[in-house]
Amino acid sequence: MSHWRKLVALIWKDLLAEFRTKEMLSSMLLFALIVVVVFNFTFAPGSRAITEAGPGILWVAFIFAGVLGLYRSLVHEVERGCLQGLVLAPVEYGLIFLGKAAGNAIFIFLIELPTFLFFAVFFNIDFWQGLDKLAVIFFLGTIGFAAVGTLLSAISVNTRTREIMLPILLFPIEVPVILAAVNATASALAGKGWGEISGWLKILAGFDLIFLLVCFVTFEYVLEE
Amino acid sequence: MSVLPAASHAPAITVKNLVKTFGAFYALRHVSLQIAPGECVAIFGPNGAGKTTFLRILAAISRPSSGEILIDGQPLREAALAHHRRLGVIGHQSFLYDDLTAAENLWFYAKLYDVTPLAPRVDEVLAEVGLRQRAHDRVRTFSRGMQQRLAIARAMLHRPSLLFLDEPYTGLDQHAASMLTGWLQKLRSERRTILLITHDLEQGFALADRLVIFLRGQVAWEKSTRELDHAALRQAYFDLVAGAAPNQRSRP
Repeated sequence: MSHWRKLVALIWKDLLAEFRTKEMLSSMLLFALIVVVVFNFTFAPGSRAITEAGPGILWVAFIFAGVLGLYRSLVHEVERGCLQGLVLAPVEYGLIFLGKAAGNAIFIFLIELPTFLFFAVFFNIDFWQGLDKLAVIFFLGTIGFAAVGTLLSAISVNTRTREIMLPILLFPIEVPVILAAVNATASALAGKGWGEISGWLKILAGFDLIFLLVCFVTFEYVLEE
Repeated sequence: MSVLPAASHAPAITVKNLVKTFGAFYALRHVSLQIAPGECVAIFGPNGAGKTTFLRILAAISRPSSGEILIDGQPLREAALAHHRRLGVIGHQSFLYDDLTAAENLWFYAKLYDVTPLAPRVDEVLAEVGLRQRAHDRVRTFSRGMQQRLAIARAMLHRPSLLFLDEPYTGLDQHAASMLTGWLQKLRSERRTILLITHDLEQGFALADRLVIFLRGQVAWEKSTRELDHAALRQAYFDLVAGAAPNQRSRP
């Protein structure tokens, strides 16, 4: 019970601080929308290429905006030694990881919804039929992305070139998640059923589980010198 | 809630042959030290002497390269969570979130430390550091001195029995400095164990039972405050520091 209360406190702290300033959310959302707009201009309206590239564009927007959020969430912790304050508290390192990862995932979910609606309008995509599938895909894709992203941002935040280090470390590891998410999104937008996307969903769920476990266990070694 | 340990004959802290290296650089070289329960030890030393590294290892947020650390007779690595539960740290940084209010910061840390009853305790420590009127203001609007007072409140929130203080007077105004001194004297009277790192020889001498000077990652000098006066401490410190060579590389 105490663990649960501490986890809630860790998430509550991140949400409260962010909703008060909205610095991170607004920059993440603006960036994601700009990505969608820029890609929209590169394709002829109503072309077949839009349908084919759409899911990839959507996930590029999510991932790039997500990196922005991951980077800033750990920088805020380091600025006044708050990360050290967390490490000095009687809280397991795994719990600190779960709290930070959950907070990051919530922020990414929050930008995914308006970005997707914007994307659907701009690319003229009828998504209602596959909405339930998309919700599951976004959920699983975001969990995997936020889990590894939180661990790697904790590693990169103490390096001199931290702005560039995070995407360099993150993107290669995230390839399976991004591939599965893009393919599953394409199938869902094409109106395919659960049976046809279940393979991708299993890959996403499998990687989520592996990433969550590995990051949970290794976070201790990242935080300690 | 109190986090004072059960009465024990074991030293509060035992450090044996502690070594910490960063590559070829020896930050700590075979440091051994014992601190008795209720004792206040002040550590002095020039910049780069290894004082903060020593404190970080004792706080279990940095791993030693070799050596043994016992807290109340228990190996530090095995009892890290229990150690953190009764440890209060005031460091160079405040550990406070700028966009949360003073009360929200303390609520957050109180939950991490399982402080009960939470609300009265938060209110109590805010009053103790003279920030009750500013409880609902964001920390980013606070002056440096006020932030440090709030950091003191954060550190005393869970009534720690063991205090690590790393340059706690840095940036404090007169009010905050005298408040901190008063708080430390109160803690000393309650026989809480204190490890104080400071450059201020006078302040350290006034507060401590025992004085230690670190030099080039080693304990270079150690005496009880009963064995000397402040002038003798100054003399010993400047003799040691003036005689120290700067080379710290490669040699254990």
